[in-house]
Amino acid sequence: MIYSVAALPHRIAGAFDALDSPHLNGGQQLAVKYFAVAVVLFLAQVLFGMLSGIQFVAPGFLHGILDFNVNRMVHINAMVVWLLYGFIGSIYWFLEDESGTEIAGLKWGNVAFYVLTAAVTVVVLVYLLIQTGPGKDASIWFINEGREYIEAPRWADIGIVAVMLVFFYNVAGTFMKGRWSGIAGVLTLDLVALAGLYVAGMFYLTNITADQYWWWWVIHLWVEATWEVLVGCIMAWSLMHLLGARRKIVQTWLYIEVALMFGSGILGLGHHYFWIGTPDYWFSIGGFFSALEPIPLVAMVVHSVYDAGVHNFRSRNHPALAWIIAHTFGNFLGAGVWGFMHTLPQINLYTHGTQWSASHGHLAFFGAYATINIAFFYLAAQKWRGDVWMGGDLPGNGWKWKWALALLNLGVMGMTVALLIAGYEQSFVERAVGGSTWEGYFAAQNQVWFKQAMHWRLLFGLVTTGGVVLLVWDLLTIGKGESRKAPTLSEAA
Amino acid sequence: MSANPPRWSSEDFWKKVAIWVTAGSFVILIVLTFDTLSKTSVGGQRVRSYSVINQEIDYRFDDKQNRYAPVIGKDEPLFGKPLSEAEAETLVDLGKKTVQTKNCMNCHTLLGNGAYYAPDLTKAWLDPGWISAASRETLMLTFLKDPERNARTFGSGRVMPNLGLTDEEARGVVAFLKWMSAIDTNGFPHNFKTLNAQVQP
Ligand code: HEM
Ligand code: HEM
Ligand SMILES: [Fe+2]
Repeated sequence: MIYSVAALPHRIAGAFDALDSPHLNGGQQLAVKYFAVAVVLFLAQVLFGMLSGIQFVAPGFLHGILDFNVNRMVHINAMVVWLLYGFIGSIYWFLEDESGTEIAGLKWGNVAFYVLTAAVTVVVLVYLLIQTGPGKDASIWFINEGREYIEAPRWADIGIVAVMLVFFYNVAGTFMKGRWSGIAGVLTLDLVALAGLYVAGMFYLTNITADQYWWWWVIHLWVEATWEVLVGCIMAWSLMHLLGARRKIVQTWLYIEVALMFGSGILGLGHHYFWIGTPDYWFSIGGFFSALEPIPLVAMVVHSVYDAGVHNFRSRNHPALAWIIAHTFGNFLGAGVWGFMHTLPQINLYTHGTQWSASHGHLAFFGAYATINIAFFYLAAQKWRGDVWMGGDLPGNGWKWKWALALLNLGVMGMTVALLIAGYEQSFVERAVGGSTWEGYFAAQNQVWFKQAMHWRLLFGLVTTGGVVLLVWDLLTIGKGESRKAPTLSEAA
Repeated sequence: MSANPPRWSSEDFWKKVAIWVTAGSFVILIVLTFDTLSKTSVGGQRVRSYSVINQEIDYRFDDKQNRYAPVIGKDEPLFGKPLSEAEAETLVDLGKKTVQTKNCMNCHTLLGNGAYYAPDLTKAWLDPGWISAASRETLMLTFLKDPERNARTFGSGRVMPNLGLTDEEARGVVAFLKWMSAIDTNGFPHNFKTLNAQVQP
C-alpha cells in the first residue's frame, strides 16, 4: 500500500511521458502535457455546467449532495484553469521557435507542471468533497475563498504564484538566451502584468466595496486587458506560422492592438464600479472607455481576415485556421458586441447581475479564449503525429473536426441567445417593474419566457457537450495513419 | 506600397504609442484608485462605519441626486443590543467571512456580482419579504439556520441548502447584510421598495 502510494507520482509522470513524441521540441513536449490536462478540464467544465443548468430546470436535482453553488464553482474554475493551461501550453509551444533556442529551464518547467496539476486535483477534490467550511480564516486558507472565479484557497494561490514564477523565468530566460522580438517583448511584459494582477485577488477584506474593487482588478484586467494582449501575441505568431504572414506587418498590428486594448481596457475597468459603493465619476470613465473596447476587437477581425485573404485562405492546418477565424469573430461578437450592449450605466442599472451577464460571459469566454486554445490543440496534434497533412481532403472529408466546430459554435450561440432572452425578461419583470425585491426576482424566474429560456439553454448545452466530446475524439484520432506531409510555407520575413 | 512608408505606419511608431498609452492609462488608474479607496473606506459617507448596524436603515428616492439612496435613521440596535464600533466590526467581519466560506456568491449576487440562481443580497436586510421591522431579525435567523424547513421559494422550487451555520455565524451574516444595505450604491437597485415603505406609505 505504502509502496504503491510512493510510486504514484512516478506512475503519473510515466503516463504523461507517454505523450512524448519524437517530432516535438522540448517546449512542445511540455506544451502537450498542458494541453492534455486542459482538455480534461474542458470536459469537466461542460459536465458541471450541465449539472448547474439542469438545476435551473429541476431545482431538486442533487440538492444537498452537489448544490448549485458547488457545481457552478467547479464549472467556472475548471474554465479559468483550462484556459490558463492552454495559454501556458501555447506559449511553450512556440517559445523555442520564436526565440531560436532551447527552453532555459525545461526541467523546472516540468516540475512546475506536475506541482500545478497536483494542486489543481487537490483543490477540485476539496471543492467536491468538503465544499464549504466554517466562517474562519482556516476555511479561506484550505477550503475555498468564496470569491467568484478565484475561489481557490489561499495555499493554492501561493502555489499558483510560485508556478507562474517558474513559467515566467522560462519565458524571459529563453528569450534572453536566444533572440528577442516584438512578440517576445510584448509577451514578457504582459505576463508580468497578468501574474501581478493575480496577487490583487489574494487578500481578505471585510469592506466588501474594497473587496470587489480589487476582485475586479483580477477579473476585468485579466480578460479585457492582459488576456486579450496575450492572445494577440499568440495570434501574431499563429498568423506567421499558419499563413506565412510577414513579421513586420504582424508586429505592427500587435503594437496597434496593444495601444487600443490597454488604452480602452484599463480604464474600461470602471464599468464594474457603477454600483459597488464607489464614487459616481466611474459612470463617465467606465462608460466612455469601455465603450471604446470593441474597437481593437474589430481591428483584430480586420487584421486576421485580411491576412488570411491575402494568402487565399491557404494554410497548412485547416482545423486550426478555422478555429482562429472563429476566435476573431467570437472575440468581436462575445466581448465587443455583447459587452457593449450592457456597458453603459443607463442600461447596466437594469441588466447588472441578470442573465445578461451570463449571456455575455458565455459567448465572450468561449468566443475569445476557448477557440484560440482549440486552434493550438490542432497545431499540436498535427506536429505530434509528425507534421502530417491537415489541409483539405482528409479521410471522411474531415467530418469530425467540422462537426465539432459546428456543434460547439451552434451550442454556445444557442445558449447565449437563450440567456439573452432570459436577461431581457429579468430586466423588465424583476428590475423595472418589480424593483428588484425578492418577490420581483422570483416573479421573473417563474415567468414562462424565463422558464422556456432555461430549457433552451439546457438543450443547447447538450449540443455544446456533444461538440466537446466529438472534439476530443477528433484530437485523439486526427492524422492517424496519415502519410502525406504538411506543405512548407515560404519563410516568414 | 511605396518605398518609404509614412511614419505613422511604422512598427517603431506604434511601439512607442503602445508604451505611452499603456503607461498613461495605468497612471490614471492608480490615481483614481487612491481616490476611490479613500472615498470608500469604512466610516465614510459611502461605506458606513460598522456601528451603523445600531441604526435604522432605509433606502429611498433622493430628489436631489435623482436616484435611490440609503437613509440612516434613529437608533435601532441589531438584536436589541447596541455595539461599540469594535464589537460591530467583529460581528460584521464574522458575517463577511461566513458569506465567503459558505460560498454564497455562487448562488446569489452581492452588490450585483456573483451568480444568478438566487436573489440579490445587496438590500436583503430591507426586503419586504421580512414583513416588518419587528419580525425581521427572528425570521432572518431562523431562515439562515434552517433554510430548508423555512424555505421562501415563492413557488420556484429553489430551496436554499442548509449550510450548517452556527448561531454566531447566522448573527454575523445578519449584521453583515444590515451593514451592506447602508452602502451608497449610486441608486442600484432602482425602484426598490423597502419593508418600511410597505408599512408606512
Ligand atoms: C474576452 C473578453 C471578455 C470576457 C471573457 C468577458 C467576460 C465577462 C464575464 C464572465 C462577466 C460576468 C462577470 C460576473 O460573473 O459578474 C462580464 C461582465 C461584464 N462585461 Fe465582459 N467580458 C469581456 C469583454 C467585455 C467587453 C469588451 C465589454 C464592453 C464593451 C464588456 C462588458 C461587460 C460588462 C458591462 C459587464 C458587467 C455585467 C454586469 O453588470 O453584471 N466585457 N464579462
Ligand atoms: C454544456 C454547456 C454549458 C452549460 C449547460 C453551462 C451552464 C452554466 C450555468 C448554469 C451557469 C450559472 C449561471 C448563473 O449563475 O445563473 C454558468 C456560468 C458560466 N459559464 Fe457556463 N455552461 C456551459 C458551457 C460553458 C462554456 C463553454 C463556457 C466558456 C468557455 C462557459 C462559461 C461560463 C461563465 C463565464 C459563467 C459565469 C457567468 C457569469 O457569472 O456571468 N460555460 N454556465
Ligand atoms: Fe469588464
